[in-house]
Amino acid sequence: MLRRRSDLPLGHDPASRFLPWLVAVMVLLAALATATVFLLRDLERQWRQDAAGTLTVQVLPAGSGSDAEADFAARVAAAVALLESTPGVAAARPLPRAEAAALLEPWLGDGALVEQLPLPALIDVRLDAELRMDLEALAARLRAAVPEATVDDHRTWMQGLIALGGTLETLGLAALALMGGALTLTVVYATRTGLAIHRDIIDLLHLVGARDAYIAAQFAGHSLRLGLAGGALGLVLAAPALGVLLMKARALEGGLLPPLAVGAAGWTTLALLPLAAALIAWATARLTVRHVLARMF
Amino acid sequence: MAERGDEREPVVVVDGVSLRYGSGPEVLSDVGFRLARGAFAFLTGPSGAGKSSLLRLLYLAQRPSRGRLRLFGRDMAALSRRDLPRLRRRIGVVFQDFRLLDHLTATENVALPLRIAGVPEAEVRRHVPELLRWVGLAEHLETRPPLLSGGQKQRVAIARAVIGRPDLLLADEPTGNVDDAIALRLMYLFEELNKLGTTVVIATHNQSLVERFPHPRLHIGGGQVQVVA
Repeated sequence: MLRRRSDLPLGHDPASRFLPWLVAVMVLLAALATATVFLLRDLERQWRQDAAGTLTVQVLPAGSGSDAEADFAARVAAAVALLESTPGVAAARPLPRAEAAALLEPWLGDGALVEQLPLPALIDVRLDAELRMDLEALAARLRAAVPEATVDDHRTWMQGLIALGGTLETLGLAALALMGGALTLTVVYATRTGLAIHRDIIDLLHLVGARDAYIAAQFAGHSLRLGLAGGALGLVLAAPALGVLLMKARALEGGLLPPLAVGAAGWTTLALLPLAAALIAWATARLTVRHVLARMF
Repeated sequence: MAERGDEREPVVVVDGVSLRYGSGPEVLSDVGFRLARGAFAFLTGPSGAGKSSLLRLLYLAQRPSRGRLRLFGRDMAALSRRDLPRLRRRIGVVFQDFRLLDHLTATENVALPLRIAGVPEAEVRRHVPELLRWVGLAEHLETRPPLLSGGQKQRVAIARAVIGRPDLLLADEPTGNVDDAIALRLMYLFEELNKLGTTVVIATHNQSLVERFPHPRLHIGGGQVQVVA
């Protein structure tokens, strides 16, 4: 596949000059699309996990003064106790006021204003993945015990986000497929040009007994080398952009979105992109030559 | 005709063959002859008479427009593309314009048929320089064709044609660019190959060569071939 000795002087063709650069650009774009797809997949996974495994119970404060505060704390404790005794609830943890304030920090800042606001108590509820929870029955029981308590089921608004994430992921995959298609067409064009340029040599090779496969292997090996060189270059060029993208994704921690990572599968896919581009170039060149030569005598 | 083993299947059977390029006139018209295994024949005739066209048919670069052509007992009309390489490897060709690959050295050019046929590299490295030395190119093993003279190119082309010990050797003016001494040496090489069983057809204008070597002639004129013993 990687034989260096070639009977055809393909290295001097115009295609040999532009193909590696074209592959480099394709691999660069493909790397960005791949990283985006894996980041979206991670986001979607985390959203799905949140939607399926958590809910938030909110207990609204009522009145002011020390009695009201003690009453508020008792009602939060009652809600927590009820939740913990409910089958299907793995854990119920009231968020400390500082944590709740931190959630509002992006909008209201960290000044005294937040300290003075009558914030509702938030109870982070982890559900048991094994058991199905009847959320409507839970909400009714909570309202009966603590009238100011409401259940915030994340699933309703998460579903919309998950659908949006899924659409973006599909678009990313479609972009990857288009890049693969564009690379294929480019290699077809380059190979056909090479066949036309070296028509005389190919005739001679046939006349001294070369099979189509022998000639196709020379074109394919040449395309493979150009594809590998261009692919490696593309990945190197993509590295700074990928670095920025992944840094931004990690910086989401503490905001509305969870921190994101491409994961082991993502890194493996990124590392394999030059090889994939080279294999597309190899297979396309091989098939193109076989197809064109099959119509010669 | 100097034939050996007449009872066996002839190497070449040309029967009522005609050839035209595109919609042009017939270059060869209703041609017929046979070459037995081990035959040696000159192909003569004026320029443009169709010698090269007949050779193109014989080295399988062209299919006849009409008629029947059999090589090594195989009917050309029944051959598929897949069968051609195996058959072509049994034919050595010296092209009039040499058709050497300019980016390869003399050694690589001569090694081409062997490498295509998958001959082990050790054998290639042993036989190719030996043959090139024999045709007087010991000093040019690593020289590329653009730096060789016409005669030297011709000898590289001949070496490439004979390196695989072909069953059929077709040479188009193989002595056209060399001096008399080299021409004789090359003719002796062809005769040696012929003695080993190779069927040889040499297209030539060189009348003294034809007279010196008493082999039958296939004379082409007016699109017809006459066998002159």
